[in-house]
Amino acid sequence: MIEKVLKGSPAFYIWLLFLGGIASLGVFAYIFQLKYGLTITGMSRDVSWGLYISQFTYFVGVAASAVMLVLPAYFHHYKKFKKMIILGEFMAISAVLMCMLFIVTDMGQPQRMLNVILHPTPNSIMFYDMMVLMGYLFINALVGWVTLEAERHDVDPPKRIKFFIYLSVVWAFSIHTVTAFLYAGLPGRHYWLTAIMAARFLSSAFASGPAILLLLVIALRRLTGFDPGREAIQTLTKIITYAMAINVFFFLLEVFTAFYSGMPGHQHPLTFLFVGHDGHASWVVGWMWTAAVLAILSLCLLIPPQIRDNERVLPWALGILVIASWIDKGLGLLIGGFTPNPFETVTEYAPTFPEILVTVGVYAIGLMVLSVLWKIALDVKKEAGTF
Amino acid sequence: MYNGKYIIPGIVIFVGLFTFPFWSNLLTPKYERPQLALPAGQKECIEPAEYMRAEHMHILDVWRDQALREGKRAYVASNGKVWDISLQNTCMKCHANKADFCDKCHNSNSVSPYCWDCHVAPRGNQ
Amino acid sequence: MSTTRRQFLKIAGLSVFGLGASTALDAADAVAKDMPGAKYEVGGKHLAAKRWAMVIDTRKLESREDYARIIDACHKVHNVPSIPTKQEIKWIWTDKYDRVFTDDMSQHLSPAVREKDYLLLCNHCENPPCVRVCPTKATFKRADGIVVMDYHRCIGCRFCMAGCPYGARSFNFGDPRPYLKEVNPAFPTRMRGVVEKCTFCSERLEVGLLPACVEASNGAILFGDLDDPNSPVRKALAENFSIRRKPSIGTQPGVYYIV
Repeated sequence: MIEKVLKGSPAFYIWLLFLGGIASLGVFAYIFQLKYGLTITGMSRDVSWGLYISQFTYFVGVAASAVMLVLPAYFHHYKKFKKMIILGEFMAISAVLMCMLFIVTDMGQPQRMLNVILHPTPNSIMFYDMMVLMGYLFINALVGWVTLEAERHDVDPPKRIKFFIYLSVVWAFSIHTVTAFLYAGLPGRHYWLTAIMAARFLSSAFASGPAILLLLVIALRRLTGFDPGREAIQTLTKIITYAMAINVFFFLLEVFTAFYSGMPGHQHPLTFLFVGHDGHASWVVGWMWTAAVLAILSLCLLIPPQIRDNERVLPWALGILVIASWIDKGLGLLIGGFTPNPFETVTEYAPTFPEILVTVGVYAIGLMVLSVLWKIALDVKKEAGTF
Repeated sequence: MYNGKYIIPGIVIFVGLFTFPFWSNLLTPKYERPQLALPAGQKECIEPAEYMRAEHMHILDVWRDQALREGKRAYVASNGKVWDISLQNTCMKCHANKADFCDKCHNSNSVSPYCWDCHVAPRGNQ
Repeated sequence: MSTTRRQFLKIAGLSVFGLGASTALDAADAVAKDMPGAKYEVGGKHLAAKRWAMVIDTRKLESREDYARIIDACHKVHNVPSIPTKQEIKWIWTDKYDRVFTDDMSQHLSPAVREKDYLLLCNHCENPPCVRVCPTKATFKRADGIVVMDYHRCIGCRFCMAGCPYGARSFNFGDPRPYLKEVNPAFPTRMRGVVEKCTFCSERLEVGLLPACVEASNGAILFGDLDDPNSPVRKALAENFSIRRKPSIGTQPGVYYIV
């Protein structure tokens, strides 16, 4: 099936070339980082993780979100999703690859990466995170490839793949739960030390991941004419709406616990993010309010059925939702966890230009992988008449 | 032959590249064991020289774990002599000439261990 | 035809993989070969304890010079660079009461206590979160309670820095050497990309010396075995009121403060 990549329109190759250009800028910045170290980033002794790890976290959610297609299709035999499911699985592959790249770019000694396997440490959540990510990549590649090949030959997928499909559902929950445990098990990081961290992660993932998928599918419909079906889009939008509502609800639970209990340690990160700490208002404040307003706005556009089912409004609602969830999880979560620092003071973090360049480079690589995989999937579908 | 005009040059190029190490080795000067500066006044190392030449990296690897992780900082050599386990304070006390001992051999063998990124080379070699 | 070619490629691929794997295993085997008749022993002069701990008598530390002397002693002997940015590296340093003891224990402390500087360093916790989270065992707790770093193994993921509730860890964002005025030739520096912190001078204990800060403190910092009721630390704790940093999070720090 890989040969499908070799026969494409000029526009497809120009698109890949364009992404390749951006990716090579990222690689260039990364070579600088390898030479001079992470000192070229905005991270510091107090805010020791930054954009890389937050993007890793965000894209684990995007990867896990494929389950929102797989679960209804295979557990509830919701046939309408079957057409789109391969796109979700392939998006999961590219998202997991991006996660891995973000972890590697964040390492101070990437050439020692294999130490995680050479000296396995079962008490470290990072150890499990590595295993579940690799496992998820494998499962999705296997399931995606086998089902697509079956579709191509117009036969039912082999029975034994069912096991991996069911496994992928459980596994998707596990990858994001484990990623939440990276944060939620640390004493002294008030913003992260919360039992609903994994639940928050999953709800925001199941809102933002399918939203990104749907945005891309809508773009695909414009470009190639591939139509996943009106009902499939509407069902997925409903799932996104519920997940986003739960996500906002969970966040408000955090706010209640912090402020009604009145415990300073629990309040400080939230006050820092939304008004500033100790008279110190950071650049994040504006972003966080933007996220809050956009989150509510996205719900206003998604909850009433007559607006939700309007396909003109839908891309806007989804876009707004993605921005809101990205600021909350891809920015605020990290910064709020590290500020105030263990001394209850504020050290500012802002990503530097090279750091952003590396991050955008990883996005470009992810998008390249996604484009190639989706091209294969769509060409096979065209050939098999399931387009 | 079907597509022979592509296949035969392809095979030639492949064989050329694949055998690169062999013919490039024929064209470059023969490898000579580098002349190392041995410590003055010391006859023997912690273990026989032949063994040290082949296995010093292994000894250092075990030394590191023993000293740092097991808290065992004394090495009893096969001849019964006891040495403090320390690259900087034992090895380099004798082999004070890093440039003409470590580096010379490492360079001619194209290996670049990064010991010295942390461990401090003896003075006079910096 | 196409299936046989496919099968051939599958088998060929598997054989190449098997061949490669077996050579790799052979190579690993060769390395595992032990050296002739060598033994490893604990050095004769080393100081031993069941649980090393430190008591800082803050009443005996007053002037800026007192602190500077202690900090310099540590940072010089361990080649700790002085980097003037927020990517700084420090093993032992000072801060005010509110920053050190963040649980606001008394709103109306005597101004002398509140305005004073306090020494901060790694607490060598009984339940160290940094050790719990490290994915490579690069940081680990020794049998005598000291939490140490193996810089050779650290991959620079900085999970331990997120895990440490005391802000005791520093990361080498860049090469530390340009920031070292003079280098102690008896101790290594660190390299770019690894995390470092106070080691309770484990390397000095091995040769029978007390930690550098203890030695430089003129008796203000005590060091000894917490499991031995006759040790200087236990005696000082029995006779004085002492506190530790963030006791509520269950890490059981090994650094006590007499205030």
